[in-house]
Amino acid sequence: MEGNHSHDHELGFWRKYVFSQDHKVIGIQYGFTSLLFLLFGFTLMMVMRWQLAYPGQPIPIIGSWLGDDRAPQGIMLPEFYNQLGAMHGTIMVFLGIVPLAVGAFGNYVMPLQIGAPDMAFPKLNMMSYWVYFMGGVTMLTSFVMPGGAANSGWTSYPPLSDIATIGQTVWLIGMVFLITSSLLGSVNFIVTIVQLRAKGLTFMRLPFFVWAQFVTSFLLLLAFPPLEAAGVLQLMDRLAGTSFFLPSGLVVTGQPLNVSGGGSPLLWQHLFWFLAHPEVYVLILPAMGIVAEVIANNTRKPLWGYKSMVYAAIFLGFMSFIVWAHHMFMTGMGTIISTFFQTTTMIISIPSIIILTALFISLWGGSIRFTTPMLFALAFLPMFGIGGLTGLPLGLSATDIPLHDTYYVIGHFHYVVAPGTIFALFAGIYYWFPKLTGRKMNETLGRIHFFGSFVCMNAIFMPMFIVGLAGVSRRLWDGGAQYAHAQPVLHWNEFMSHGAWALGVFQLFFIFNLFWSIRKGKKVEENYWHATTLEWATPTPPPHGNFLTAPEVFRPPYEYSVPGAKRDFTPQNQRMEA
Amino acid sequence: MELTHAEDIKKHVRVYITVFVTLLALTIITVTISYFNLSVVPAIIAALIIASVKGSLVASYFMHLISEKKIIYAALSLTVVFFLVLIFVPLLAMSDRIH
Amino acid sequence: MEIPYTIKARPDTGLINAKLGIWLFLASEVMLFGALFSSYILLRVGAVEWPHHVLDVPLATVNTAVLITSSITMVMSWASLMMKDFKKYKIYMGATILLGFVFLTIKYFEYSHHIQIGEIPSKSTFFAIYFTMTGLHMLHVIGGMIVNSYFWGPGSKMWKTEPERFTNRIEVAGLYWHFVDLVWIFLFPVLYLL
Repeated sequence: MEGNHSHDHELGFWRKYVFSQDHKVIGIQYGFTSLLFLLFGFTLMMVMRWQLAYPGQPIPIIGSWLGDDRAPQGIMLPEFYNQLGAMHGTIMVFLGIVPLAVGAFGNYVMPLQIGAPDMAFPKLNMMSYWVYFMGGVTMLTSFVMPGGAANSGWTSYPPLSDIATIGQTVWLIGMVFLITSSLLGSVNFIVTIVQLRAKGLTFMRLPFFVWAQFVTSFLLLLAFPPLEAAGVLQLMDRLAGTSFFLPSGLVVTGQPLNVSGGGSPLLWQHLFWFLAHPEVYVLILPAMGIVAEVIANNTRKPLWGYKSMVYAAIFLGFMSFIVWAHHMFMTGMGTIISTFFQTTTMIISIPSIIILTALFISLWGGSIRFTTPMLFALAFLPMFGIGGLTGLPLGLSATDIPLHDTYYVIGHFHYVVAPGTIFALFAGIYYWFPKLTGRKMNETLGRIHFFGSFVCMNAIFMPMFIVGLAGVSRRLWDGGAQYAHAQPVLHWNEFMSHGAWALGVFQLFFIFNLFWSIRKGKKVEENYWHATTLEWATPTPPPHGNFLTAPEVFRPPYEYSVPGAKRDFTPQNQRMEA
Repeated sequence: MELTHAEDIKKHVRVYITVFVTLLALTIITVTISYFNLSVVPAIIAALIIASVKGSLVASYFMHLISEKKIIYAALSLTVVFFLVLIFVPLLAMSDRIH
Repeated sequence: MEIPYTIKARPDTGLINAKLGIWLFLASEVMLFGALFSSYILLRVGAVEWPHHVLDVPLATVNTAVLITSSITMVMSWASLMMKDFKKYKIYMGATILLGFVFLTIKYFEYSHHIQIGEIPSKSTFFAIYFTMTGLHMLHVIGGMIVNSYFWGPGSKMWKTEPERFTNRIEVAGLYWHFVDLVWIFLFPVLYLL
């Protein structure tokens, strides 16, 4: 809304570092906040995994801190397990991954990559961050509500969520904040990419990272509002006694509910999944964007099939809006509508395969540098492949019947998000660290972080397919211990839990490396990775306004190893030879 | 934002007033029709057609959509598609059920 | 470097940033109200019975006319600025805000009548969706009125220093206000007439 003050003289501490309108500061704010939430969400899961490995055993050390309403004598109550489950999912998706992938990486890198001085609406950008922050605080306070945090799954299905404890209301309010933050951010991203590209930077010269953020922003813009509406409706049910989602004749612990009835639990599911399916593409697209940048840079050759990747990303975004009810195959839908959603779901696997294949082929003939970011980017490919392939039986209604709501589903989506997206985000942090700080992160610590995480991720999530195929349901507080059909696979729980705790240990290497390198990392020259995209053409760290003079672009984004060129990379803003 | 001349604006003003009167007229028409007690389907069709005409007038002339740029049309067309999906697909899903 | 295209349009897109921004925001609002319309349809189709003639059609018809009138006064306020007539702008914008108050007042009478006779959201899914949809719409009206009041009052100082930028702001505010009118154009027949 306003032309920015470019030569701002002494901004006070608060305006410079706290209520900053500079996309780089905001990106870093998003980065640290989201990493903290990721750590917190991860911790919730590590506690859950104790109960799954050793059901009914007192939790060591912290068990006594949790209090009698959560873990009397240190033994986790089922109610508390449910809180941990619901909040682990919510925090990881909405407070961790998306703010990191979009809020942090998108905010920091995208304006630099398009040669812009900042986002189109800097004030709005600042508000996006602080509304996200408020949403995060709101979500955290739900833990101290009577009855604890939300406990009806991250999916909050009614009627259960309608009658759940107060924490659910706090969850809904938190979601309203987060959705608002997202909407403001997505408007900003789209306008920035359309309007503020540098001279000569046509759409088909954009780095794939920017395309990924562009499509992601449309998903956030158009898919989130129905969940906001659904959230309002659920708040009305919980606070105003309405029956949007409460069917007639509902009986709770022997008593008929004193409501008008006439509502539909399926209405919530439709509105929820209308958002939540595009949401998973919000989780993966920025990751693919980062992997594309890192692979092109570390193979010293252009991406193979850039145009196909761009069209695939656009097609993926579009299709993502018409597959959602593959999460609802078990709700009694008829064959016609089921066929529709199975068909669209099968079709949507195609663009993902195109992008993945193009990234694989990009390695062929490359001069590969096995830097830490490249290790994570390389691992992303097969890990995302496993995640995607294991989704196929879920997308077909008949094979979904034995797999729905089992550990198979948890294995599927964690492969995509954990050794998928999170690995890509690690790649991005190691890759762009020199841009922010002028230093590099330690390679040895990076390798330990990588190999340890890679082994542990597989140790945790591969057995989930086995456990799920045996029929063990998700969201069981004792990991299936009471079920006969679970007995043959129960021993995997302990194995997976140890994998999770080991994964935690390996993250310590990353956390230490990150903070230590900010001060003591080896100083490196400008454009340390010898990259071609515009973000590397600014000073390090980039000043307010980013570019000393407005950059002009003359080339596609990945001019590596151009025949006849002096160096093995040619930056986008390097003029053509006369 | 091109600064149009005062004469152009005066032409626009005439259009605005015409649209305004049309909107009021259509409002009266739609309310009148509602008193005819049509059966459900014709009532819905009539009401939605009139509302769509009114909405199009507001969008095209008050919101200047009729002379807007391609990118805006593209974004809005995409939105309309997903809006229709949101309206019709859950309805179809609810109707086509296993009984 | 200043942020470009805040006042002059970018040549290849033909847009200023705020124009694209507000249309994108309105697109998200289409999805928001769309979800509520979808909910309305599902609830009604799934209902055993659906009330008729329980809402005040004449009053709502007046309200419809009020909003339509406020839409033309809004666009006239922008047109006045385009014709460099600040006094006319103040009159038309003032009228727009006043008509907003009329709308809210009528809604207040409508709501209090229903509440008095026990027709509250919890009574039936009809009243639930009626209050929710018109309530959310009303919040949007209030939001628009706050923005318009700012631009009528303290915000109008910008006319003296940056008239073109101010005119753009009024156009953008107008787009939002027309959208609020547009939603009502659909809400009114769906809730009151069908």
